[in-house]
Amino acid sequence: MTPELLEAGSEARSRALTRIATAGEPIFNQGVALYVEDLKVAFDGFQALGGLSFTVGVGELRCVIGPNGAGKTTTMDCITGKTRPDSGRIYFGSNLDLRQMSEQQIARAGIGRKFQKPTVFEALTVAENLELALAGDRRASFAMRARLNGEQRDRLDELLKTVHLAEERERVAGLLSHGQKQWLEIGMLLAQDPKLLLLDEPVAGMTDEETERTAELFLSLEGKHSLVVVEHDMSFVATLASTHRTVTVLHEGQTLAEGTMAAVQADEKVIEVYLGR
Amino acid sequence: MKKALLVAIAVLLLLVPLLHFAFPPGHPLHLSEFYVGLLGKFLCFAICALALDLIWGFGGILSLGHGLFFALGGYGMGMYLMRQIGRDGQYQAELPDFMVFLNWKSLPWHWALSDSLVGQIFLALAVPGLLAAVFGWFAFRSRIQGVYFSIITQALTVAAMLLFFRNETGFGGNNGFTDFKRIAGLAITSPGMKVGLCMASGVALIACYLIARWLTNSRWGRILQAIRDAEGRVRFLGYDPVAFKLSAYVISALMCALAGILYVPQVGIINPSEMSPAASIEMAIWAAVGGRGTLLGPVLGAFFVNGTKSVFTVWWPEGWLYVLGALFIAVTLFLPTGLVGLARRFKK
Repeated sequence: MTPELLEAGSEARSRALTRIATAGEPIFNQGVALYVEDLKVAFDGFQALGGLSFTVGVGELRCVIGPNGAGKTTTMDCITGKTRPDSGRIYFGSNLDLRQMSEQQIARAGIGRKFQKPTVFEALTVAENLELALAGDRRASFAMRARLNGEQRDRLDELLKTVHLAEERERVAGLLSHGQKQWLEIGMLLAQDPKLLLLDEPVAGMTDEETERTAELFLSLEGKHSLVVVEHDMSFVATLASTHRTVTVLHEGQTLAEGTMAAVQADEKVIEVYLGR
Repeated sequence: MKKALLVAIAVLLLLVPLLHFAFPPGHPLHLSEFYVGLLGKFLCFAICALALDLIWGFGGILSLGHGLFFALGGYGMGMYLMRQIGRDGQYQAELPDFMVFLNWKSLPWHWALSDSLVGQIFLALAVPGLLAAVFGWFAFRSRIQGVYFSIITQALTVAAMLLFFRNETGFGGNNGFTDFKRIAGLAITSPGMKVGLCMASGVALIACYLIARWLTNSRWGRILQAIRDAEGRVRFLGYDPVAFKLSAYVISALMCALAGILYVPQVGIINPSEMSPAASIEMAIWAAVGGRGTLLGPVLGAFFVNGTKSVFTVWWPEGWLYVLGALFIAVTLFLPTGLVGLARRFKK
């Protein structure tokens, strides 16, 4: 066989693999975990997103900052299927067209989301909250007879330790402190074992110590998962972004600047938006 | 402790009707036919309260149209009972009296299975189950929630009531079905039949309770509670809330239909008033008074509210609706967890 034929074959194979789909596993053959292009959303005439574009690499930890109303939460809503954009493209991997998928399909494909306001199931215990989030069969008929197996039990114990809630295991989630609820929700996110984690203001309401631990946790996930962290807390973002990670600055529904923390902070447009003239 | 209590209640439910035979009339432990009938009725109501609690207490879905499923079950059974009258009706015809009165010459198509007890019970479960599945699928898929869902279910039962009021639909119009004579050839008024039906209702209640307990203790039940508290989160965990709500709704409707099937032969009548909005709202009150989100609560609530109703309708009939309203307001304001919550508070 000639090298040309081999090359043509592999190209054809790659094309077949990346056929646009609306279900199944994402394919990361181009090193891109999330691809957002020219996203536009308007609510009653208010342009929440005005042509937003950015990409997140596989295994990358990306920080997104921006003033109030910049479109951070709307972006998350579009990626997770909660809000349908008016136009633009959103791809998970190089094959999954998120605009065509429902919220639960997107979640099953491997995108986990932490809400701005901690959202846990208050009537259930900490362990039950995590159990529901554990990856596995999501059908109602399965849930009627589902039991945790040994492997899942171990995973649950491990998660409880990771989010420092091992002692609160049997406690009803509604009785946890604000910071603990944030941790529980992060734990639920990890239990889903998502390929891409979207974290909307994950350290809001946390103590300094909790914030520090959270930063450590996210950094330990880098590489294994792709992460997008939306945050107001500048010192937290500075810790996460360090000197080499990319920070995206949103403003009025568009990408204002992108680069390292130092580069972004030195950007004139960013200074203008944040500090005013 | 709780398990022992439950077993004791179950044994009592099954043995109490037998007191009718165990002791001669006049003996203090003798249970008269009237009370056997009343107990049987309450047991059926308790099944309805339990069914409503499954979707309302655990799923957060308040259906104000469950009387429809109860009535459909009752009508299904009633059709069989009408055919069992045979030639003993007023017109001594093969057809039920109301059809003779309307000058019909043969049975309408939907009476095809009315000869067979098994066939008709199947229909009495399948029709409400199917209706709940179709209606629920559209409602939950369109994400109709909260008070909107309550209003739509209420409208559904009113629409069905108007339909059943009409003579041409073949359900006896506003008189419904009555004057039943026998089940499977046995006289419906015989003491043995009355006690038997009452015990069957007891068995049905225990079975429904155990099913509900198994369901609510399973992961399915926890997801249902999770949907009640944070539906969006459930969706982002990858579960489809529609599947869970719909299965809960259908199971609940089937329980109500079963209650209706057992209720009609015991009270001897079924008419469209069972589909009236008030009938469905009362079910919600039973569940709320007993304690939403607990399984024993609604059962107790059904007994408590209907027991009070029995007392009041003798003692002060005009006052009952006021008492019911006051009871509902009091429970909503002071006892959000109902009688069970009150008992728990005393225990502490």
